[in-house]
Amino acid sequence: MTSALDIDALLGDPKTRIVVCCGAGGVGKTTTAAALALRAAEKHGRRAVVLTIDPARRLAQSMGLSELDNTPRKVEGADGELYAMMLDMKRTFDEVVLAHTDPKRAKEIFANPFYQAMSSTFAGTQEYMAMEKLGQLRATDEWDLIVVDTPPSRSALDFLDAPQRLARFLDGRMLRMLLAPARAGGRSVFTLVTASFGVVTKAFTKILGGQLLTDVSGFVTALDSMFGGFRERAEQTYRVLQARETSFLVVAAPEPDAIREAAYFAGRLAEDKMPLAGLVLNRMHRLAVPDLSVERALAGAETVAGSVTAGVLRVHADLSRRVARERRIAEQFLAARPGVPVFEVPAQPEDVHDLDGLRRVTS
Amino acid sequence: MTGMTGNQPRLHIVTGKGGTGKTTVAAALALALAGAGKRVLLVEVEGRQGIAQLFDTAPLPYTERKIATGPDGGEVRALAVDVEEALLEYLDMFYRLGRAGRALQKFGAFDFATTIAPGLRDILLTGKIKEATTRTEGGKRVYDAVVVDAPPTGRIGRFLNVTAEAAKLAKVGPIKTQSEGVAAVLRSPLAAIHVVTLLEEMPVQEARDAIAELEALDMPIGSVIVNATRDEALAGVKLTQAELKRGLAAAGLPADKATITGLLEEAKLHLVRVAMEAGLREDLQKLDQPLIELPLLPDGVDLSGLYELAAILREKL
Ligand SMILES: Nc1ncnc2c1ncn2[C@@H]1O[C@H](COP(=O)(O)OP(=O)(O)OP(=O)(O)O)[C@@H](O)[C@H]1O
Ligand SMILES: Nc1ncnc2c1ncn2[C@@H]1O[C@H](COP(=O)(O)OP(=O)(O)OP(=O)(O)O)[C@@H](O)[C@H]1O
Ligand SMILES: [Mg+2]
Ligand SMILES: [Mg+2]
Repeated sequence: MTSALDIDALLGDPKTRIVVCCGAGGVGKTTTAAALALRAAEKHGRRAVVLTIDPARRLAQSMGLSELDNTPRKVEGADGELYAMMLDMKRTFDEVVLAHTDPKRAKEIFANPFYQAMSSTFAGTQEYMAMEKLGQLRATDEWDLIVVDTPPSRSALDFLDAPQRLARFLDGRMLRMLLAPARAGGRSVFTLVTASFGVVTKAFTKILGGQLLTDVSGFVTALDSMFGGFRERAEQTYRVLQARETSFLVVAAPEPDAIREAAYFAGRLAEDKMPLAGLVLNRMHRLAVPDLSVERALAGAETVAGSVTAGVLRVHADLSRRVARERRIAEQFLAARPGVPVFEVPAQPEDVHDLDGLRRVTS
Repeated sequence: MTGMTGNQPRLHIVTGKGGTGKTTVAAALALALAGAGKRVLLVEVEGRQGIAQLFDTAPLPYTERKIATGPDGGEVRALAVDVEEALLEYLDMFYRLGRAGRALQKFGAFDFATTIAPGLRDILLTGKIKEATTRTEGGKRVYDAVVVDAPPTGRIGRFLNVTAEAAKLAKVGPIKTQSEGVAAVLRSPLAAIHVVTLLEEMPVQEARDAIAELEALDMPIGSVIVNATRDEALAGVKLTQAELKRGLAAAGLPADKATITGLLEEAKLHLVRVAMEAGLREDLQKLDQPLIELPLLPDGVDLSGLYELAAILREKL
């Protein structure tokens, strides 16, 4: 049986301090995050901030965000204390580096071409920096509620896994091993494991090029003092995500992939003892005349073929089919995760790009 | 031998915003191109086994195997390119690594290499695609066409622009040579990049951005494929309660107030959508690229639906 998720109870509860919106790509994470923060500010008088990631341009503009600047800005049209910000992952990465090393080292790191590439394009950087930013926002203790959007990735799990993957990479075995020959006069751990490693290193050097390896090596040397720092920070925020003050919402659209992804993600949260507040089932279609069946509508349309009424009945029949299909798909989530409360958001006929559109999401 | 079709593109790359129907369209296109006596390869590169799911078969291994028969007897083979396997193949070919390569794989060295040099992935993937496109056996081409279920619009420019990626790696050697070969094919009339979109704002915006990006890279755009379009049952009509009431009565259906206002509400929301879609369609027409529309299949995409889409593509391409 489906139980309804009471978002007002969630947003109005002073113990709810962090809400994280996760889900597959394009399902409406950013929209939901912004809509929830707006609701918390307007209906529950909470001082709320929404950390958005890559919002659609028009939505960003409507919230008064025109550039990536990592600073919460007051949202003018909102009737309450709503702040919004866009994540600048490069700048956040720079901040982490600065926090862990002296200015001279930091400068070296910033100038390294490999760092420059990885701080803006590396897989996992965005997720890591989103968590980092969340940690920073929370540390200021300035907000009643922080609503976090998550990066557009294929898999919702990336938000949980990517930061640790990145941290592992940064203090990783491989990084040290591969670079060891350069640092220890040609003797690497691998020589003990496989005599042919030399051949392999050579092949890799040929493929990747000496310059890249030199850059990586320089980066690693400069970063040496921070190894561990990355992992620690990632672990810290991870623990915040398990705390009572945090609620996860998994967002899905009624499509097989998105629903499958949402079910996986919900399972994973349970394993990791992270609190799942519910499923936001976004972009659901609704019938205004649920009692008129597809068959009757189509039969009626035949009878009055060619008329306006026939057209209206066809629209109703199509919509009914669609609604039935969406229900069937959504059921698959509930079959996998029974008992998870659901909040349904109707599909709006047009994209959501202003505050009124956001208000309709939660109304 | 190939006669009139000699100048037709043989390498079809299908991109589009995530979820717009890239995999579906790529598969339908492969079927469409698999005419009598032809052989087509359908390639996926993102390790998601989307093709296997679509054709409802076991996950594809890193080998080319028959997955379907074209509408009039051609053959469609499928290949899921695995980056690690491609790298092993590559190392073996140029550096005769043999077993050492496998040992390295165990240590996660490939993961590492593609992590520090993400462009390497793309070079290996596009290299494999080019190889299949130009492969011959006994003096004859193995594939009449290759169709790629490519990365989404946000990544397509980087994926195809291999020379830029290679420039970040070794300045000499097989990677460089290979990426130059790939670049040449991708910029030739042999290739066509098709951009899939829905009549929704973000996908259309991304289609536009991608086309601009690809044009700036001198890459050949094929068609814009407008997927999942709907027939317009209500175009240009005026809806009134009175008329609907009469119509419902004539159709032998309930004509009470709630039914009438409900149906009108559904119809109005529908018309808002239709108007928005019309605007987006016009935007797409301004792109000045061939547009192909594929209908929304009301019950989702199954095998017979794929053949239906293939028939439309064959006619219009
Ligand atoms: N309920 C809704 N009705 C109509 N349009 C919606 C609805 N929810 C979201 N959208 C639209 O869908 C698109 C995707 O939404 P959004 O950007 O919130 O998704 P996302 O999950 O954050 O995507 P990404 O994974 O790319 O970050 C946007 O254009 C948005 O306006
Ligand atoms: N013409 C169509 N009619 C009905 N459903 C469609 C149509 N085209 C695609 N779909 C459905 O839309 C969904 C997305 O399609 P598909 O997987 O092909 O998109 P994609 O662009 O490959 O997605 P991804 O970015 O996740 O790889 C699938 O459920 C598919 O069955
Ligand atoms: Mg988003
Ligand atoms: Mg796909």
